[in-house]
Amino acid sequence: MRLELERRPRIAWWAELGAPLIALAMTVVIGAILFAALGHPPLRALHAYFIEPLSEIWSLHELTIKAAPLIIIAVGLSVCFRSNNWNIGAEGQFVLGAIFASALPILWPSAAGAWVLPAMLLLGMLGGALWAAIPALLKNRFGTNEILVSLMLVYVAGLFLDWLVRGPFRNPEGYNFPESRNFGADAILPEIISTGIYGGRANYGIVVALIVAVIVWFMLARTLRGFEITITGASPRAARFAGFDSKRTTLFAFLFCGALAGLAGTVEVTGAIGQLRPSISPGYGFTAIIVAFLGRLNPLAIVVAGFVLALSYLGGEATQISLGLTDEITRVFQGVLLFAVLASDTLIRYRVRLTRPHYAAKETAR
Amino acid sequence: MSEDTLLETRGLTKVFGSLRACDEVSLSLGTGEIVALLGENGAGKSTLVKQLFGALQPDEGEILWRGAPVVMAEPAVARHLGIGMVHQHFSLFEAFTAAENIALGLPDEPMKGLAERARETSRAYGLPLDPYALVADLSVGERQRIEIVRCLLQNPTLVIMDEPTSVLTPQEVDRLFVTLRKLKAEGRTVLYISHKLEEVRALCDRAIVMRAGRLVAEADPKTETAASLAAAMVGGEVPAVRHRAPPPAEAVPALDIAALNTPAEHQFGVSLADISLTVRAGEVVGIAGMAGNGQAELFDCLSGEIATVDGRLQIFGVSAERLGVDGRRALGAAFVPEERLGHGAVPGFDLAENVLLSRHRREDGTVTAGGLLRRGRARRIMRRVVERMDVRSSGDNPPARALSGGNLQKFVVGRELDRAPRLLVINQPTWGVDAGAAANIRQALIDLAATGAGVVAISQDLDELFEIADRIAVIAGGRLSPPEPAATMTREAIGILMGGVHEPADAAPGGETLAT
Repeated sequence: MRLELERRPRIAWWAELGAPLIALAMTVVIGAILFAALGHPPLRALHAYFIEPLSEIWSLHELTIKAAPLIIIAVGLSVCFRSNNWNIGAEGQFVLGAIFASALPILWPSAAGAWVLPAMLLLGMLGGALWAAIPALLKNRFGTNEILVSLMLVYVAGLFLDWLVRGPFRNPEGYNFPESRNFGADAILPEIISTGIYGGRANYGIVVALIVAVIVWFMLARTLRGFEITITGASPRAARFAGFDSKRTTLFAFLFCGALAGLAGTVEVTGAIGQLRPSISPGYGFTAIIVAFLGRLNPLAIVVAGFVLALSYLGGEATQISLGLTDEITRVFQGVLLFAVLASDTLIRYRVRLTRPHYAAKETAR
Repeated sequence: MSEDTLLETRGLTKVFGSLRACDEVSLSLGTGEIVALLGENGAGKSTLVKQLFGALQPDEGEILWRGAPVVMAEPAVARHLGIGMVHQHFSLFEAFTAAENIALGLPDEPMKGLAERARETSRAYGLPLDPYALVADLSVGERQRIEIVRCLLQNPTLVIMDEPTSVLTPQEVDRLFVTLRKLKAEGRTVLYISHKLEEVRALCDRAIVMRAGRLVAEADPKTETAASLAAAMVGGEVPAVRHRAPPPAEAVPALDIAALNTPAEHQFGVSLADISLTVRAGEVVGIAGMAGNGQAELFDCLSGEIATVDGRLQIFGVSAERLGVDGRRALGAAFVPEERLGHGAVPGFDLAENVLLSRHRREDGTVTAGGLLRRGRARRIMRRVVERMDVRSSGDNPPARALSGGNLQKFVVGRELDRAPRLLVINQPTWGVDAGAAANIRQALIDLAATGAGVVAISQDLDELFEIADRIAVIAGGRLSPPEPAATMTREAIGILMGGVHEPADAAPGGETLAT
């Protein structure tokens, strides 16, 4: 007896739309079981995880701070994944972008003026793109596996950052703490509403994320470049027949995705953090992979998915505080969600059939 | 014919939809003989063999094993009876050793001592094999030995081999023949599927020829010529040859290639050697040949999907060697590949998007100067094509996957014709298309040529080529014969050329890749 997956001839629009929602529902159910197994009343725990972070102004601000990098990276990943380039190293590109951007205020602390922040954003994109170029060029030239190369470069980037903040980038007035100097006012991404009853820490990163999502949606849906990316992923042979060079597409996808990951890194250090530290990301580059798939590689849906995954970070913190659970619960939730997304995506595309080998003799002569 | 009958089929029939893939086939295989099963692609060889191996169930008829009727519900039953099969495409895991792969294929055999038994078997049959070698490190010929040894370890009385030599070097072929003759000497029966006629003549005692699902001839290959076997495969009926005034020779050639060479792109590919062909504006040149003799590679070379590195290629007098697909389209060329889904069209894209596949140049009006898509215009082209070619589908703009093979082919051909190309290269124009649609497509090709375009039609269907082509050339082993006027060409002459009067191009250095 074995399971067979049989491609469904057509997929209803409501199934396309419903799959991520089913995945979310499955995640909540599994989460409830998980909390119960840990000895907490499931409803209260779920409330603490999913509802409480949405009930206060400050935590809504935090939500946008977490969502912005996730959305920016995931939108870039959607370009890569659609073209069948499996960039798993956005985390590293995020870090390199942050390093490139931070180099300006750290090495030139007296720099001031309205040009500083845009220059940092551009530097960040350049850094991320350069880091992403490595797996792309190796893939094109030597046929290396981009998944492995981009993933391994994450750890290189992390160690490089660690060395920088303990060495050349360390704050000379920082009592030997492994941190860079704090960025000047012109190198900080401003807050949207800093005062008043709705005031909080949310910065313009989320605005950047929304603009990026719309631009990339337009590129994918309405331009020849987007067509090239989609067709390369859907059918490489047909893309070659259409006249698109797959190596050029690979390089473009990686550079584009790397630049956005670098932009996200820049938003994070210029906004939420304001300096370089040994660790600047709670795994945004990896979590963004889940965001991209939950958003079905559609930049507009990715905006929604970004907020959902941002909530998973806040929920982890909230249950840590109110229930005393480890914040590893965040990763568990994210992992369960990824499985649920992949499973529901598969099940709407394929029908599962149970087949059994039948030894019973069939009538052959009629 | 041997005295003891090992396996017999009576009226074996298998129907897929409206296609009778296997139509009342009755044959018998004797003990200790090597029998060739000949036929063109699509003649029904695989369908027949799958039924003999339990991978398909016959709709009608029966199979007798040593005189008793048997039902083979699945391949395991066939294996227990003593029927072994060596497939054309290997199913081996590269990361495992030869012995591990053998064990995976023989779940009933104890793993212990299997490697040593494999080594003994391989030595006994002259197929040296190191059971502990990683498959990834082995050549194609060595990989095939694993499959053969796996088959022989089950001590089969009937060995079915599906085109075993298509991936082998001449030396490996010789060695394989020694093994097969040894099997025969031991009293085992070999069913040998091939369309390499010279090999069949050298090896087999008897040849069974299939055409269009039927068993059409049985012959002694030793007394037949390769040409007469080929004629039996492609059918002897004389087609209605349509005579037409050939276009004037002095016109600028639509396509002019000379001394074109291309190495094989991958290990199963064919290298093209010294291809020369001139296609005049207003004529249809047909290229005949058995499957796998370089048609796909020739198409890719003409379309620009394989870069021309060695040789001359001009489209209406303009050098196009360095141009890719798009550049050649800009010169007025259009291309229709053999594979519709995944090459000529993207299965998951709707038809309007599939219009963009080959119609995304500024001149097509579907893209703005800034690189924005004009989907409305693509849809308009799509509707025009659907109407002109009578493409039947459900819905206004369905995904390509939802169309039947014939309708999709009409769409893909129509998409290219809609550009009013000056040169059309088409591979297997009516492959898998029903008779009515095929006639429409052929007529469209003739009409296109009448407008002054050059047409290259690569096809395995000789009737089709005689119907549409002004001149016919034959591709065999990656070499192209000089085209001859269709009016003076006979099936016999084509058969000789197909059988490989040209020496096959040296296949020895497998896995050659293009320099990048």
